[in-house]
Amino acid sequence: MSCQAETAAPFELVCPAGTPAALRAAVDAGAHAIYCGFNNETNARNFPGLNFSEAEMAKGVDYAHRHGAKVLVAINTFARAGSVEIWQRAVDAAAEAGADALIAADLAVLEHAARHQPGTRLHLSVQAAANTPEAIRFYAETFGVKRVVLPRVLSVEEIARLNREIAVETEVFVFGGLCVMTEGRCALSSHATGKSPNLTGVCSPPDHVAYEENADGTLLARLGGFTIDRFAAGEPAGYPTLCKGQFSAMGKTGYLFEDPVSLNAAALLPALRDAGVTALKIEGRQRGKAYVSSVVRAFRRAVDALARGEPETDLAGELAALAEGGRQTTGAYRKTWR
Amino acid sequence: MTAIELAIGPCLFNWSPEHLTDFYARIADEAPVERVYLGEVVCGKRMPFSDPVWPQVIERLQRAGKTVVLSSLALPATVRERKAMIGLAEAGLPLEFNDMSMLATTAPGPFVAGPFLNVYNEAALGALVRHGASDWCPPVEVPLASIAAVARAHPQVTVELFAFGRLPLALSGRCYHARAHGLSKDSCQFVCEKDPDGMNVATLDKARFLAVNGIQTLSDSCQVVTLGPERLMENGVSRLRLSPHTVDMVEVARAYRDLLDGTASEAETEARLTAMDLPGPPCNAALAGEAGWRQVAL
Repeated sequence: MSCQAETAAPFELVCPAGTPAALRAAVDAGAHAIYCGFNNETNARNFPGLNFSEAEMAKGVDYAHRHGAKVLVAINTFARAGSVEIWQRAVDAAAEAGADALIAADLAVLEHAARHQPGTRLHLSVQAAANTPEAIRFYAETFGVKRVVLPRVLSVEEIARLNREIAVETEVFVFGGLCVMTEGRCALSSHATGKSPNLTGVCSPPDHVAYEENADGTLLARLGGFTIDRFAAGEPAGYPTLCKGQFSAMGKTGYLFEDPVSLNAAALLPALRDAGVTALKIEGRQRGKAYVSSVVRAFRRAVDALARGEPETDLAGELAALAEGGRQTTGAYRKTWR
Repeated sequence: MTAIELAIGPCLFNWSPEHLTDFYARIADEAPVERVYLGEVVCGKRMPFSDPVWPQVIERLQRAGKTVVLSSLALPATVRERKAMIGLAEAGLPLEFNDMSMLATTAPGPFVAGPFLNVYNEAALGALVRHGASDWCPPVEVPLASIAAVARAHPQVTVELFAFGRLPLALSGRCYHARAHGLSKDSCQFVCEKDPDGMNVATLDKARFLAVNGIQTLSDSCQVVTLGPERLMENGVSRLRLSPHTVDMVEVARAYRDLLDGTASEAETEARLTAMDLPGPPCNAALAGEAGWRQVAL
């Protein structure tokens, strides 16, 4: 691949694309790699109007390759019993489209890819939640996985230790939506709605969301009939993502699991480089191309500045404006988060 | 026709050593179950307290003729937790794997694929069977139709259904018990011991919803699956898992034994169980592929 200029970069910047337009925007903004999925239940952002047909995927790969970027295809849900061939077809279609790597979590998908598409690189999805050297070694030895996307439960120090013990690359999330629960180990959404990331590729699905206004103007946001959050009259109403809601326990009410914040690890880029991380991942396949373009451009500048040994730019301030609800966290990367 | 077995699942909560010892003594003496899973599944920080009781508990259960299986942590992370998982195999007992780490940690041999492993289909279970899986307890969100399809593809695997108890729904790097008490995970003061069935979590309008147990989130509602032996066998299920709570688990096991022996009907069993002091209202709808907190006709 003609990535000579990029090989000097301390990180591969892996950027989201929910549509062909977002893919082109990310490539144009300087993404080293784009991740995206097919428009069915095989990927963990299975929302209406998002994602790629097989033909669009082939075109997207072609566009990325012509501009020196890679395409990583996420086939990262768990196959439904009796319908495994849908996931197997997605693997074959991604390989036929010329994808640079597949991102998978299900043993069924990994095994099919390793056996039938041995020429295509395999990355372990965050949905597999592999956070120990032992788990990572299992996936590397069994399926030839070359990179693992780390679940957001590890501190930077732990990532550094992990990288000293494993032979594969690591990729970490640095910006966007933040799962509070260990990815791939959460069935909260299916308990409330019958649909979940592992089962159907969605979390807190919109068709189970309802807003109800009280007489005093208070707005209640419900998911599957359960009140997840409450907003005063005039307050901007957030989306009722289950783990980001307000609940009551021990007589106290509040954000029991996590405040409505999003991840921003921009300030930790030097520490993540020193920890031996290979790739930085930006969340947001459900986002529009303008958002993708702004975030990718900002991170690419930061990565290039880091490569030149230049001091920290005003990345934090620039990204703050793009974050959901404005409030941000470095999540599990700092140990105090736990 | 082989009889359907009963198993007591691993205790998910932070019970004191005395509580654990008394609980398992009663299970050994009185509960009509074939198998008991032991060990800390949720939080490695609890291990120094519970570890000393296991040798005596194992001996007592084995003397009573129970099969003892050691369950692994569901989310091992620290060096100490990882070493503990390597040590698990040294006891020479059958193991339940609740994290993929275990596949690289232990020598190849038969194991139970626990409900915390992401096995959702026949091909995934096939991959684990090639690594030695002999039994499978599906994740609690897998519908019964899917369980049946996987079971049909692997008739040699014993399928164990999570039949009773609050549903283990999620794991996290963060301890919510500590957070609710204004503490951090590293200085948690073991506050999870205050809630032997989990800490109740309600919505803003006071609807019961979830339960917190350290880094784990469970359902508030209590899975109560009362399918009779024929329906279970039709769906490939040959063992039921009863997850420990402070409710009288011997009585719970007796109710299920009567159901499996055909001396109590499904309706009678459901009435008997729901009359008990359950940790939450009965539910079972995940098995129908619906929102899991509901109770539906299966």
